Amino acid sequence: MTTQTETRPEKRPLKETVKTAFKLSLPVMAGYLFIGVAFGMFLSSKGYSAIWAFFLSFSVYAGAMQFVAVELLCSPFSALNAAVMTLSVNARHLFYGLSMLKKYKGTGKFKPYLIFSLTDETYAILSTVKLPENESKGRFYFLLSVFNHLYRLTGSTIGAFFGSRLNFDLKGLDFSMTALFLVVFVEQWQSQKRHLPAITGVLSTLVCLVIFGPDSFIIPSMILITAVLLSAKKLYEKGEAA
Amino acid sequence: MRHFTDTQSLVIIGIVALVTAALRFLPFILFRSEEKTPKIIKYLGKVLPFASTGLLVVYCFKSVSPLGYPYALPELIAGAVVVVLHLIRKNTLLSIAGGTAVYMLLVNLVFV
Repeated sequence: MTTQTETRPEKRPLKETVKTAFKLSLPVMAGYLFIGVAFGMFLSSKGYSAIWAFFLSFSVYAGAMQFVAVELLCSPFSALNAAVMTLSVNARHLFYGLSMLKKYKGTGKFKPYLIFSLTDETYAILSTVKLPENESKGRFYFLLSVFNHLYRLTGSTIGAFFGSRLNFDLKGLDFSMTALFLVVFVEQWQSQKRHLPAITGVLSTLVCLVIFGPDSFIIPSMILITAVLLSAKKLYEKGEAA
Repeated sequence: MRHFTDTQSLVIIGIVALVTAALRFLPFILFRSEEKTPKIIKYLGKVLPFASTGLLVVYCFKSVSPLGYPYALPELIAGAVVVVLHLIRKNTLLSIAGGTAVYMLLVNLVFV
């Protein structure tokens, strides 16, 4: 990166912006291609073509939710159930947005897409990235977000394309969703000193699953989790300060 | 083989897409700056993501019945493989691919 003269700050050439954005997106590439392929194969094992995989990855660009969406496509048809599941899987995005309020200020016409495509990984990169000198913020964030989205789209389409052409039995492929969530759970567990929220999530949901059964435990679980966490606020914050 | 018609599938995907987008846009509509956000919301923002992963893990095991054959063994074994692999190697792709492969072997060849 060359340093510009202070007198005449020039806008960085687009080629440079693309290069930097691409480099920053590289750590996400393998992961998104892989998750995409797994998702595409999973979706195709339920009888959906590559076009559907592309469409779903495009419109519902949220890793975990895409897998849950496949589950929803195989459950009894219920709009309410779909909405509630999405709410519980993606509630965390409400809070990602909070910490991006400042960051996304002044991104102009790019802002809607930036918000739309704020996945966990894009959030992780953008919340730590330093803007290169004389870089247009909106354009730079936009390109970075687009690269990540493209990896997911490519992986999904390839996965579904080959998934529907494989001859062996894909029974058990559904487990990739469980594995994904277990990995996230382990990573979150290791990143925290206090495990009250994670334990609350598991136990409250187990209790509700036993009481309400596998078809209607999600809403009660969410209510119970929120209630427990709110009543444990003092306790949690005391432990944080200690 | 497909469970829904095209229209039904589109409706479900549409709802999922809408709710996902709404959750992403809402904070930008509701709040001006992080500092001005109510404390209770901030607290929930800190703890809910961890709790909801817990919910999702349980959700994945919801249709497993530990009381009849194969006594949830494929899920427990493959789940343990994922966790152990991840603790040792910390490689997301390996953990997911390894666990899923073990599960597929178990349900197709061992617990048939």
